[in-house]
Amino acid sequence: MATVTSKSAYDRLGGDGAPAYPDGTPMTLEDAPLVRGNLSFHDVTEMVAYHTEKKTPFGWYLAFGAALTALGILGLSVAYLVWNGPGVWGLTNPVFWGWAIVNFVWWVGIGHAGTLISAVLFLFRQRWRTSINRAAEAMTLFAVACALLFPTFHVGRVWVIYYTLPLPNQMAMWPQFKSPLLWDVFAVSIYGTVSLLFWYVGLIPDLATIRDRAVRAGRTLRAKILGFFALGWTGSNRHWRHYERAYLILAGLATPLVLSVHSVVSFDFAVSLIPGWHTTIFPPYFVAGAIFSGFAMVQTLLLVARKVYNLENLITLDHIEKMNIIILVTGTVVGFAYITEFFIAWYSGVEYEQYAFMNRATGPYWWAYWIMMSCNLIFPQLFWKKSWRRTIWLSMAISITTNIGMWFERFVITVTSLHRDFLPSSWDYYSATVWDLGMYIGSFGLFFTLFLLFLRFVPMVAIAEVKGVMPQADPHFYHGHGDGHALPHELAAYQHDANVQAAGPAASDADADGIPDADDSNA
Amino acid sequence: MLSKIRQTVEDRGNQHVGLLAEFSDPGALVEAVEGLREKGYTRLDTFTPFPIHGMDRAMGLPVSKLGFMVFGGAVLGGILGAFLQWWTSAGPQFNWWPSELNQFLGYPINISNKPLFAWESSIPIIFELTILFSALTAVGGMLALNGLPKPYNPLFHSDRFGRATDDAFFVHVSSRDAAFDRATTAADLRGLGATGIEYVDHDGASLVGDDAEAGTAVVPAGGAAVAPHHTTGDL
Repeated sequence: MATVTSKSAYDRLGGDGAPAYPDGTPMTLEDAPLVRGNLSFHDVTEMVAYHTEKKTPFGWYLAFGAALTALGILGLSVAYLVWNGPGVWGLTNPVFWGWAIVNFVWWVGIGHAGTLISAVLFLFRQRWRTSINRAAEAMTLFAVACALLFPTFHVGRVWVIYYTLPLPNQMAMWPQFKSPLLWDVFAVSIYGTVSLLFWYVGLIPDLATIRDRAVRAGRTLRAKILGFFALGWTGSNRHWRHYERAYLILAGLATPLVLSVHSVVSFDFAVSLIPGWHTTIFPPYFVAGAIFSGFAMVQTLLLVARKVYNLENLITLDHIEKMNIIILVTGTVVGFAYITEFFIAWYSGVEYEQYAFMNRATGPYWWAYWIMMSCNLIFPQLFWKKSWRRTIWLSMAISITTNIGMWFERFVITVTSLHRDFLPSSWDYYSATVWDLGMYIGSFGLFFTLFLLFLRFVPMVAIAEVKGVMPQADPHFYHGHGDGHALPHELAAYQHDANVQAAGPAASDADADGIPDADDSNA
Repeated sequence: MLSKIRQTVEDRGNQHVGLLAEFSDPGALVEAVEGLREKGYTRLDTFTPFPIHGMDRAMGLPVSKLGFMVFGGAVLGGILGAFLQWWTSAGPQFNWWPSELNQFLGYPINISNKPLFAWESSIPIIFELTILFSALTAVGGMLALNGLPKPYNPLFHSDRFGRATDDAFFVHVSSRDAAFDRATTAADLRGLGATGIEYVDHDGASLVGDDAEAGTAVVPAGGAAVAPHHTTGDL
């Protein structure tokens, strides 16, 4: 492609307006180009790699300072907690699972979107995922790290947390493998490990890209550090062959894994005998909720990142619309599950089950229930309208209310089922303390510290993958090159556009723009 | 035996000694590989910023064997997950077991006379360990099959080669190829439309033929951190 700035490209093919076919009819969401602004391969490298190479801007330090402050609050809260024990959390009879479990489930849920985008959408050949998967996977890793904080410190004696692992010990005892809590230890830690592997494998070619740029820029130390992590990647086709297979297999493995993780988390509740928890709907309902909140978090982060880092051509309005569709669908699934729960409680004829649910909606925690209902079921319904799905501020607002709603969902499930237990004399009203709040704010500190480091040092968009979905990555793009097939019709519009540009004044073809002279009919 | 191993190692170390030719685009690259294969070259490789659709077929490469390795890892993980849970909760007690190693024996606990081991409650952990071992095999196997990490590669001597991870498309013909001859192979590459040809060995990289005479080292584009026109970079 001839070099076109993304700013000027907004006036042309697509941009943020509606992309159109050459005859002027608007393109469908399926046909619209994934990468806008008619970028060259080098433009993509430049747009993404630049942000890891530039001098650290002042704005980043400001954001990082805020994140570190919150991380400090986490340190303080954890220190106070470990010194005094989990009683500082406002946990008391009958509610022994409070904010800590709510936060754990909330963060794990958020941590589902990354792998879902990377793995499930990969298997379904949803090629639009390439622009957002890197950041979403990073988000997953950091969210899982935040999630693990809570159960780790909830055990009270955190210095013997290794009891949860099957390690031979002086007591000759083993963990209780029949407990869902132990399944959780395995599920979440293995999910974290596999997500890290998946993320790193995807990162190898991009690390090689910024390594080679560091070599050319003469930044030796940077090149050496990146060289270590890039493992000597060269882009050899003999390597790509195994690499792509490994990526496909990892996607195939991560797909059932991601579905199992939140199912196992839901077993923590469902395998118990508490009214309101003991339901078979929990696994699918939790997984849908996880996808819902995870996509919302990805949306929140990327709406900011694409603006700040000028990635509107890579993370386009189409991407936002597609994510909003997923938010709409999963939000409705979750809302349907809320209603089903009520129906089943009534239909079961079990008095205690019926009471648990009536108490949710009308009891002392009615406000939490109705925040949950409005944020999760009602607000996303706005996305039925296409123009609203493509409205940035509305997407931002709904992505935030979604995560508020999902936090309250976990609060409702955890607290309302516990606070009025089997013995009315022990009924109580649970409230969190300042240390609950400190730990929750602190977990955001951990999350944003890690995320800002990621934005600063790691390519935030999968460079190699984005190049792979650009029209000129297809060997058929080059008139008659490739294996002799005719030019696919969906490439024709791009080629026309490229030729028109190549015919422009300064953009003649000696600039190695990817279109050989011989093929440039207009040159 | 030893000499055979030495031969293999040396072969591996030298596989990237040979001619490195740049092509303008993925389409030209696929054609070049097909052309070279017609001329009888077999020890070819291409270097591209992203995997090229149809390149495996053009190079005549079979499907990766990684899947079989991963299956082995999956079976191992599943068996381990089942064994771990059975051994620790229902494992046998041995009279001959040395008491110092008691901690490695199972610890059966009878709860309401429920079975000590049950498949139903063992499924989640069997499943998770199957996935863990498969994923580790997939990544480890991919690195092993690719011979990574590989910190040194003679191709890194070429300044132009750095663009293989950015926007350039290279074909490499190994000097170990039976049909390799520096001059004729360079001419073959030229005939297929190469835009720059270098001979790369352990001592360095040098341009070949017309490129050397004209001194047309293709200037690598954009290495320094210069703000691209389309970014403000405030954060």
